[in-house]
Formats: sequence, structure tokens, C-alpha cells
Amino acid sequence: MPLVTLRVNGVEHRLDVAPLQPLLYVLRDDLDLTGTKYGCGEGQCGACTLLVDGRPVKSCQTRASLLQGRSITTIEALATATALHPVQEAFLRNEAMQCGYCTPGMIMAAVGLLSATPHPSDTEIVKAMDKNVCRCGTYPRILTAIREASHARA
Amino acid sequence: MREPEVERERYELVESPRYLFEADRRDFLRSFGTGLVVLLVAPKIDGQQESGRGAFGDRMPPQVSAWLRIDEAGAVTVFTGKTEIGQNIRTSLTQAVAEELRATVPSITLVMADTAKTPFDMGTFGSRTTPTMNVQLRKVAAAARQVLLDRAAKRWSVPVDAVTAGDGHVHGPSAQSIAFGELMKGEPFVTTITEATVTEAPKDWTVAGTPVAKINGRDFVTGRHRYTSDTRLDGMLHAKVVRPPAFGSTLVRVDTTAASAMPGVVAVHDGNFVGVTAPTPAQAAAAAAAVEAEWTDGPGASARTLFADLKEKTEGNGGAPFTTGSVDEALLKGAVRVDADYTVAYIAHSPLEPRAALADWKDRQLTVWTGSQRPFGVQQELMDAFHLPAERVRVIVPDTGSAYGGKHTGDAAIEAARLSRASGKPVKLTWTREEEFAWAYFRPAGVITIRAAADKAGTLTAWEYHNFNSGPAAIRTPYEVANQRIAFHPSRSPLRQGSYRGLAATANHFARESHMDDLAHALHQDRVEFRLRNIKDDRLAAVLNAAAHRIAWNGRTTVESSLSRRGMGIACGIEKGGYTATAVELDVDRAGAVALRKVVVAFECGAIVNPNGLHNQVEGSVVQGLGGALFEAIDFEAGKLTNGRFSQYRLPRFSDVPAIDVVLLDRRDIPSAGAGETPIVGIAPAIGNAIFAATGVRLRSMPLVPTGMPAATHQ
Repeated sequence: MPLVTLRVNGVEHRLDVAPLQPLLYVLRDDLDLTGTKYGCGEGQCGACTLLVDGRPVKSCQTRASLLQGRSITTIEALATATALHPVQEAFLRNEAMQCGYCTPGMIMAAVGLLSATPHPSDTEIVKAMDKNVCRCGTYPRILTAIREASHARA
Repeated sequence: MREPEVERERYELVESPRYLFEADRRDFLRSFGTGLVVLLVAPKIDGQQESGRGAFGDRMPPQVSAWLRIDEAGAVTVFTGKTEIGQNIRTSLTQAVAEELRATVPSITLVMADTAKTPFDMGTFGSRTTPTMNVQLRKVAAAARQVLLDRAAKRWSVPVDAVTAGDGHVHGPSAQSIAFGELMKGEPFVTTITEATVTEAPKDWTVAGTPVAKINGRDFVTGRHRYTSDTRLDGMLHAKVVRPPAFGSTLVRVDTTAASAMPGVVAVHDGNFVGVTAPTPAQAAAAAAAVEAEWTDGPGASARTLFADLKEKTEGNGGAPFTTGSVDEALLKGAVRVDADYTVAYIAHSPLEPRAALADWKDRQLTVWTGSQRPFGVQQELMDAFHLPAERVRVIVPDTGSAYGGKHTGDAAIEAARLSRASGKPVKLTWTREEEFAWAYFRPAGVITIRAAADKAGTLTAWEYHNFNSGPAAIRTPYEVANQRIAFHPSRSPLRQGSYRGLAATANHFARESHMDDLAHALHQDRVEFRLRNIKDDRLAAVLNAAAHRIAWNGRTTVESSLSRRGMGIACGIEKGGYTATAVELDVDRAGAVALRKVVVAFECGAIVNPNGLHNQVEGSVVQGLGGALFEAIDFEAGKLTNGRFSQYRLPRFSDVPAIDVVLLDRRDIPSAGAGETPIVGIAPAIGNAIFAATGVRLRSMPLVPTGMPAATHQ
């Protein structure tokens, strides 16, 4: 298998990766970065959402071999040593979760949204987040959390 | 404690895994050769190992040491067989212990769902955690506090009523203070709870009743929490199971030669089970694809004949019908009469974390981590599948990526364990989403027929009700009717079916509350007034009034524009000790699309343990419930699913969710009931009733509008 250099959370990893292997499994199985979740494997649920060069990407639909030289950020690197990211804070404060399995993908999608659109309308939030599923149904709380995180940036 | 009939129902409606493995010869000799000895070995009762059913049957052990320990540093560890699946009981149970023990919330850690450490528990379902485990742990903590008070009083030579406990310390009359840890010095509590153990009355709660934040919430927003599918062990292999092409297919012939020849691959064929292990998931998938297997076609179940089949192919015992008065006579005499049939489709739980298991077979001891609502049930399934005594099987359930009644069985655990036994290494198996759809189980489909009558004034006089296959939960009407016949008829289900959040209470409320709406319409009565006229239960009337008030109930169709028609609907009911009423306002546009504008839920479940957690559960119930109400349905043909993936099976998303207004009625004078399920039951009938109000079209099948309003009805 070809060797690929992946920059994940600021660290470079030289890895043997099959050409078609989605990034999701490289992170989870090779790097033990399990915060990024498998939910459907077809880009429909968003549990695997992470950031590539700051933009949200469904890692189950993204080939790792194509990401050389790109910057990959996962949920594990969102908080600093001393503080949570404002979006993480907002999710925690609003308890915008139940089982929490969708939470990393939701947070990464929201971080991506807010970096592109710092003050989205509700319509823009719903449109951007509509590919992320919370089967526990905490959508209203997630909406509130994203609104709050957006205001915190003002 | 008496378990209600709902528990029986859940066992009847869950199908266990069907694997019959050949016993490993050594295992066989060990388990059967010494079977009598195993049965006669006295269970350990030292507080370390009270896991076996043998010790206390299905009862909860009264020894405080089985449930609670305090170490020398004052850290409190509580043991419960319940599982955390998103319903937030890790938090609500911690609140109960903190309150009674007089310890701080952060000083308490719950060890949950580990068969080697926690007392036996039947499972986490039926909304039983709050009415049973919460009460049990309160008593345990209260009894432990009494030991702490006694010890401190003795140490200070003061009467016990002169000492008090608070914040993890006991305080004496002369400003003495000693930490719990120092008092216990790590010793076990030698005391039991009794009928006389007194706990705080809800009106005096200070920790419960408050919105304590989710325990370990930080681990979820940072991705640090490890679900089963995130766990790993050194030397672990990855597994893949070779699945049949259709439901009910059996293996005719299998050739694993090519798969076994692949590097690092172990292939297993045992009865109807075929699976492989390999060093990586990709290698396991490749090896599984290289297995040549021939299967029978199976019986070829089809959704097209589902409802006719369910009604005709009844089998088994649904219990004696509930009857009162003379329903046949009353039906003939009624001033107003409505007869109708309702249907409910199979739906999938779709927990976002699919089934997964990590099995480790080491030193003849099997340990399995798996996401399940029944850790001890899965332990039993593993014991049965591998002919092992309980002492050799340990099941651990990490906090799980939800379940909704969908994770009662140990399928993945058994598969991973079988492959671990063959490979001699720890084995992890994570089901794909497609496997989760096809090889888990569904909420039962059902047919409900109702014949009902009322007198001219609007008093119900006759109620005949038959439920085919969907289940007896909440089958009895909460309305006063003099003449009733109500019966449940189990059927031969073409698909594997089992528990689900609210289970049959959803189908039964959908049919009953739709029918009540039709009766009100036939009587030309307001739908809220008609219900109230036939309700004697004040708690039910209270939630109905609260929901109507909050949505500004105003009767029938409100606004009609050239683009759409607007309607309001309402529904109410009682289930698992909770009282719920749901009101909906929605628009139906001229193209037949239904758009929810607002949902109100009024809910009352006695004394509220955690208002924020309860609010979250009610809101979540509405969102999950609107999927099954509007568009979720499992489709199948020739014994195969035709929509078994997320790109084909529609789940509720952000854009489907209207404003949700939750009204919680706190009754500190009434013991707490569970709340994870009941608020789901009202959304489907409330939506159906609102559609009727808007359009005059009565929809009698769930889902109501999988592709919008039926074509002929919306112009």
C-alpha cells in the first residue's frame, strides 16, 4: 500500500493507506482517534464530520490518500489544554446531547459553519446542519447552542 | 417490588439470537460434567460478587455493601446494573445517592452494567429506572448514612441524634467534623435496607428536583468517551460476519478455503454462522467477501401483504380480553357510532451507534464489552450459546450510543465471542449501518380495529378494541366507558421484532386518539371538551388542559389561505405511570406537504427528579416520535429490506423539527414515574388530528404522510 503523510491535529503521520480507504477508518483504526464516529458510511448522518483546512467534511466519504498536505482537525484537538472551544462550551451549557454519539460530528459541523458564517440565521444553521442526525432528537438544544456560540463571537 | 405487565410484554416481543453453536469439547465437559456442582456452589455474599441471579433470584439484594462503598479518601462508588444509553440516569441516580448520603455529586461515581461488579438487573427498559432503581439507591444511601452517623456518635460518645451529615462529613454537637472516608476506612458497610428504611420525601428534596448537569458531559463534547465501538485491546483482531441474503435464509454450503488462505485470517463456520477475523477491518471485509456461501431463499416476506397477514395469521396467547358491560348491545344502541381500522408499520430504532462488541476469551474466562440494555440478559445468552456457567462470563456495557429499546439482545456479543474463541485473540465487531437495519429487530407492525359508540350528549357508551401484533402496552382506554371489550392478538410476524421506546403504547394511542377525534367530529363537539367529558382521572385532565391552554386551543380549522390550510390537533393518554398530552399546529399546503408549526407537550410523571433531563427526554420523544408519525416505515420485498440504509430510510432532521414547547407539571406529592418513553405516544395522533382539522381527511396509517398527503385528498 502507498505511504501517505497526513497532518492530523498538527502532527504528521506517515501511514500505509489503501488508495480508496476513507479517512474515518484511518483515524479510528490506525491513529486511535475515536472521537470521530461511524454512523452510516454513506455521508448521511454526519457522525464522522471533522475539519479539513477548517471546512467540515464527512470523513467516511473522503479518501485519506487525497489529503496529503492538508490540515485535518478532529474533535480531540478542538479544546486547548486549559479551555474548551466556545462551541463545546455551548453544547455543554445547554446539555445539547443525550447519548452523545452524534455530538463530536455536530460540534465539528457547527465549528465549520461558524468559521465560514460567524453569525448565521436560524435558516442558515438548519441548512448547514441538516446532514447531521441526532437520533435522540436534541436538535432544538443544538440549535440554541450554535446560536449562543455565534453570539459569543460578537 | 411488583413489576407491571409491561415487562412481560417486552420479553414476549423480543426474539433472542438464533445461533446454536457446537460446544467446545473442554467447555462441554466442564459445564455439563460438573453441572450439579456448579448449581450447588454457594454464591459469594461478600459485597464483591453479588452479581449472580443465584444469590438473590431476580430480587435486588438488601445488603448495602452490594451497592455502595466509600474509600478512605471519601470517594463514593455506587454499583447498579442499569445502563446509560442517553436517558441520563447516571446523573439522576447520582442525585438520589447524593441526597440521601449527604455527599457531594462530584464525590460519587456510578459503576454501571458490569455483571462482575453490579447486582443482577433485569435490564434498562420499561421506564423502570426512576420508580425502582432510584428508590433502591435512595434506601441504600440512607442506610449507609445511618452507619456513618452511628460510627461518628460512638467515636465522640454522643447520642446519635446529636450528629448530622452533610457534604461528605459527619458533624458533632461541639463543632466536631469527620470525613466519611475517615469514618469507614475503606471497610464495607455491614447493614441492610429494610421496609423501614426512610428516605427523603420529594417535598424535601434539595439535590433531586434540580437541574444537575450531565455527569461526564465534558467527555462527550471532547470525544473522549469511549463507546463499545471505540474500545480496543492489545493484539485485537477485527471481525466480519457473512450475512444471509434474505430473512430466514439458511446455509446450504460454504467454502472458506480462499478466505482462510489470506494472511492473518481465521474463518469460522458453525451451524448457520459464518464469520472471519483479520488484523484490520479492511482485511476482515475482504476475507468475508472471499467466503463462498450458498443459502436458501427463505420464506420471502413482503410488505405488500403485511397487514392482511397480521390480521389473519394470529398465533400465541394475547391474554384474556378485558370486558365490562355488554359491548355488542351498546354498539347497536349508540346515538353515534364510529368503526375503523388503523395500521402501524415496522420502524427501525436506528441508534446512531450500531451494535458492537469487543470479546476477549482468556484463561477460559469470557469478557465482552457491548452496547446493550440487558447486560445480564446478554450474559445469559452467552452462557447459553457457549454452554458456560455465569462465573466464566462477564459483560460490561460502556455508556452506549443510544438504544430506544433496540439493544435488548446480544447478537454482536455472541458473534464476537465465537470468533474470539476461534482465533484465541480479542475480537472487535462493529456492525455496519446496513447490518443494524437488517439483522437487529424492528418495532412491531400492527393492525388495530375499533368499534365505538356514544350517546347524544357525548358520553362514550361502547368501546370494542382489537390490537393485532403491535402489543398490549396502553391498550386499555383511560376514558370512562361502561361497555368495553379490549383484546390483544399476537400474530406471526414476518420480520424479527422487539421492544421500542413506548412500544405498543404509540400504536394504541394513535388508534384510540384518532378514533376519539372522529367521535367528537360525529357529535359536533369540541375535541377537548369531548375528551374531558369522558375523563374521570384528574391528572389526565390536568395535562390535557395544560396542553390546550398553552397552544391557545381554538377548536377547528383556523386559517385557510390560497397556499395552505392550518389545523390544530390534540391527543392525551396515560402510560407507565406518566400522564401526557400533545397538541400540534400544522399547515398542509396545496401540494399536500405537511409542515409542523408548533408542538406542545404537557407531561406529568409525579415528582420531577431532574427538570433539565426530563425536558430533554420529552423534547427528544417528540422528535423521535414525529419520524414514526410522519414518514418512517420499513419496506421489504422477497425477504429483503428495500430501504435499509440512511440514504433510503428517512430520519427526523433539523429541518423537520418545529418549535417544541414542553410544559412540565411537578407533583412533589406523587412518587416519580419513569419518563423516557411516555411522552412519545401523543405526537402521531395529535398530528393526524391536526391534519384532519385542516383538511377533513382522516389518515389511519402510521406513518401518516410518507410522501405527503394521499394524492386524491389535498386539492
